[in-house]
Amino acid sequence: VFRAYLKIVYKRYASLYFCCAIEDQDNELITLEIIQRYVELLDKYFGSVCELDIIFNFEKAYFILDEFLLGGEVQETSKKNVLKKLKSLEET
Amino acid sequence: MPAVSKGDGMRGLAVFISDIRNCKSKEAEVKRINKELANIRSKFKGDKALDGYSKKKYVCKLLFIFLLGHDIDFGHMEAVNLLSSNKYTEKQIGYLFISVLVNSTSELIRLINNGVKNDLTSRNPTFMCLALHCIANVGSREMGEAFAADIPRILVAGDSMDSVKQSAALCLLRLYKASPDLVPMGEWTARVVHLLNDQHMGVVTAAVSLITCLCKKNPDDFKTCVSLAVSRLSRIVSSASTDLQDYTYYFVPAPWLSVKLLRLLQCYAPPEDAAVKGRLVECLETVLNKAQEPPKSKKVQHSNAKNAVLFETISLIIHYDSEPNLLVRACNQLGQFLQHRETNLRYLALESMCTLASSEFSHEAVKTHIDTVINALKTERDVSVRQRAADLLYAMCDRSNAKQIVSEMLRYLETADYAIREEIVLKVAILAEKYAVDYSWYVDTILNLIRIAGDYVSEEVWYRVLQIVTNRDDVQGYAAKTVFEALQAPACHENMVKVGGYILGEFGNLIAGDPRSSPPVQFSLLHSKFHLCSVATRALLLSTYIKFINLFPETKATIQAVLRAGSQLRNADVELQQRAVEYLTLSSIASTDVLATVLEEMPPFPERESSILAKLKRKKGPGAAGTLDDGRREPGPGGDVNGGMEPAPSSGSTPSPSADLLGLRAAPAPTATPAPTGAGSLLVDVFSDSPTGGPPSLGPTPEEAFLSELEPPAPESPMALSADQAPAADTAAEDPGVPIPEADELLNKFVCKNNGVLFENALLQIGVKSEFRQNLGRMYLFYGNKTSVQFQNFCPTVSHPGDLQTQLVVQTKRVPGQVDGGAQVQQVLNIECLRDFLTPPLLTVRFRYGGAAQALTLKLPVTINKFFQPTEMAAQDFFQRWKQLSLPQQEAQKIFQANHPMDSEVTKAKLLGFGSALLDNVDPNPENYVGAGIVQTKALQVGCLLRLEPNAQAQMYRLTLRTSKESVSRHLCELLAEQF
Repeated sequence: VFRAYLKIVYKRYASLYFCCAIEDQDNELITLEIIQRYVELLDKYFGSVCELDIIFNFEKAYFILDEFLLGGEVQETSKKNVLKKLKSLEET
Repeated sequence: MPAVSKGDGMRGLAVFISDIRNCKSKEAEVKRINKELANIRSKFKGDKALDGYSKKKYVCKLLFIFLLGHDIDFGHMEAVNLLSSNKYTEKQIGYLFISVLVNSTSELIRLINNGVKNDLTSRNPTFMCLALHCIANVGSREMGEAFAADIPRILVAGDSMDSVKQSAALCLLRLYKASPDLVPMGEWTARVVHLLNDQHMGVVTAAVSLITCLCKKNPDDFKTCVSLAVSRLSRIVSSASTDLQDYTYYFVPAPWLSVKLLRLLQCYAPPEDAAVKGRLVECLETVLNKAQEPPKSKKVQHSNAKNAVLFETISLIIHYDSEPNLLVRACNQLGQFLQHRETNLRYLALESMCTLASSEFSHEAVKTHIDTVINALKTERDVSVRQRAADLLYAMCDRSNAKQIVSEMLRYLETADYAIREEIVLKVAILAEKYAVDYSWYVDTILNLIRIAGDYVSEEVWYRVLQIVTNRDDVQGYAAKTVFEALQAPACHENMVKVGGYILGEFGNLIAGDPRSSPPVQFSLLHSKFHLCSVATRALLLSTYIKFINLFPETKATIQAVLRAGSQLRNADVELQQRAVEYLTLSSIASTDVLATVLEEMPPFPERESSILAKLKRKKGPGAAGTLDDGRREPGPGGDVNGGMEPAPSSGSTPSPSADLLGLRAAPAPTATPAPTGAGSLLVDVFSDSPTGGPPSLGPTPEEAFLSELEPPAPESPMALSADQAPAADTAAEDPGVPIPEADELLNKFVCKNNGVLFENALLQIGVKSEFRQNLGRMYLFYGNKTSVQFQNFCPTVSHPGDLQTQLVVQTKRVPGQVDGGAQVQQVLNIECLRDFLTPPLLTVRFRYGGAAQALTLKLPVTINKFFQPTEMAAQDFFQRWKQLSLPQQEAQKIFQANHPMDSEVTKAKLLGFGSALLDNVDPNPENYVGAGIVQTKALQVGCLLRLEPNAQAQMYRLTLRTSKESVSRHLCELLAEQF
């Protein structure tokens, strides 16, 4: 789908759609994998994630996203590092 | 890893969420939410101080309600309080609420900034990260002002934790994107570049994004990043898949970082240092080689990540456009993808190849894939992929394959999706013109276009074919024959009738020798279509008929009979009626010679950029067209020739008001104009969108004769323009004087009318007669001496106060210095509106009467609405445009007392006189008046919509103007409000 200067990259997992709006010059395939990696993070964090996990723990989904992406850019691509940080935060 | 421990969950929240999920209906949900809102409100207002946990829980509930789409207007204060909590989870919820919900509400932002500042300076990395995330998520200017100076310090401080550096880098990036002026450059920039060398891959990942953005604005400051990026990239690309541990993604080493590094390198030219360059080329080759290796995993994640890096590599190769070897390899790689089973890859390959096609090194290599691309056009299931295929065909087209590509595109057009038909039509038209070796092929192609997709053939396309046929005499006979044949079809598209009518009118004589296309046959063929056509086409056909009378005298009687028929002479459409009347008279009274001169063949059109190209560019936006036409654009005047809004409707709607101008018809136009050029009325039809581009036109209709003299490029215009410059120069030196007190009132009388007495006193009467069309106007001023004594040193001058000099050009002709008693002198003013203006020009009249010097300054009745052209539109269009102009500054509104009796007919006449079209059945209230028009100036066109709502009971009006320009809205509103 193309709207003005933004492209939408989306991926479907069962009944959930994850969408990213990216700029004209951005790389579509890597964006697809950003979605994939985020879902993997959710999966690892919640232990085989499902829609209900995200609804009931919506704030957690936000926190994970904040660790992974910030201001629209990838911050940390290592799954281990993200989860390690989340864990350490929860212990404080 | 275990699932989330239930202990830190908020039970109340979970209960609330499942309550909501259990709601059977929307109403039940709203009820449950309102109950919860009331509960939270009472808790927040209650006397008992809430503990951190409760506060967190309620704030979180509010957030959830907001995410369901409800407005939240309280709780901000509690969220801000959470910021100062020492418990991480509480602080976190506070930040989340603020990031999602807070916009820069003034007093709160100060409190929030306070909390953020505390955390930022806390030296607790966890809190610092939260604060940085919040700044990055909000990214407002206020936050930028508060923190932009601190963050670079955190970013480059030696003791910052890695995760803090990462957040700081991206936070700074966000602030820089939002308000670049707030981020101070300084010695930290050099140290940021060195983050590319950081041990921690996450830090590098974040830093590359920041540097890529910064170096776009300051390429020189960051130049050193190129070699660092190359060596980093080289290390990643050559690493074994296990080297980078968790940064390897499905066997691809650090794909995100690689993509970012490749993007960074695309900000710069190829490295000059041979060693660096060698290393980089090696990297790029490695990536291309890896693409040929068997996949290390069957998973789509593996291939996506790998190909993401590959596509970015190809982008860099294309960006450098200097390594023929790499370009060809890239092209071959993309060629493989064209047949890949993944639709995404085929799409991306088509897209990348489009840019490769414009490189001289790879153009030939791209061309070898033509059959695959044509096949894609025919068989792809996704329309967006087919569209890319069409783009690529357009980009790879050159002289050698133009015929094949054009014919394939034409074939595709028959089944193409409606959404992309117009674009395909434009592309075919451009390619056919650009690569036409023989123009008969071009003519065939365009006529085929009209046949296959007539509805999508825009005016630009058929104008262009007329231009080309007119300019190339080798193709005129062929064109005439072909359109004649095309018109034989029982049902042909109206555009075909237009082209046919024009071409036969100009060149029908070239095929008249053949008895099968003798003049009467040609005429009856065209006339058989006449009744099915729209007004514009019928007007064009009428012009063809008058040309036929000239070309083929034997058709004169038949055609005159047609023109004389009641359905023409009394046609309800004023344009058709006028043409019929005038052409009939012209054909009856003008001698053959005169007729031949008036209706001579059209002169060649001046070469200029194809209007179609301009249209395609507009359609695709600047970026896309740039890549498509790169370096292959024909030289020509700028694209503004066809800019503007939709072309103004042909002369149609300006009824000719002045009787003595109509008198011109008695002495037909040629005598009035020394440069007879052909049937100008048609010219105006066809080129009405570019008044300066066309040759000087001469029309048999009075208005056009009137305007043809005004055409700026006409060098032999009957007026000696050079002489006119002198008085204009004089006025600059002379003080125009202060307008007489009643000048404004006099001016107001002329807002809605063009003719009348402008001024009268005991000595002098000044009459005005004026006519305006598009951005041009002509005004006759009649100075009558009411006394019996001669005026001496009589000198009327026009001056432009203030900015008007740049907005309006008024050329005046000199008048005699003496005006005898009882005599009248006439002065002609030619007016050209360059851009919108607010104040009218001043007319100063000086003379000596009986020894006493007299001076008088008036405002010339030239107001912006004179250049207002009515636009008819349907109710739906009107409302759509009305909505589009919904910014507050685009609207001007005035509510005022009626100064005149509220008579609906008078009001209508005034609105029409003002220049707007009156649109019926638009406003649901029939008492209201709705109008639309376009202010035509040389520099720009301003679309205007207006609505006048009378309230007879209160004797008040409400007037609303919406235009795309603030000053125009206001000014028109003021002018018009004075009229009722």
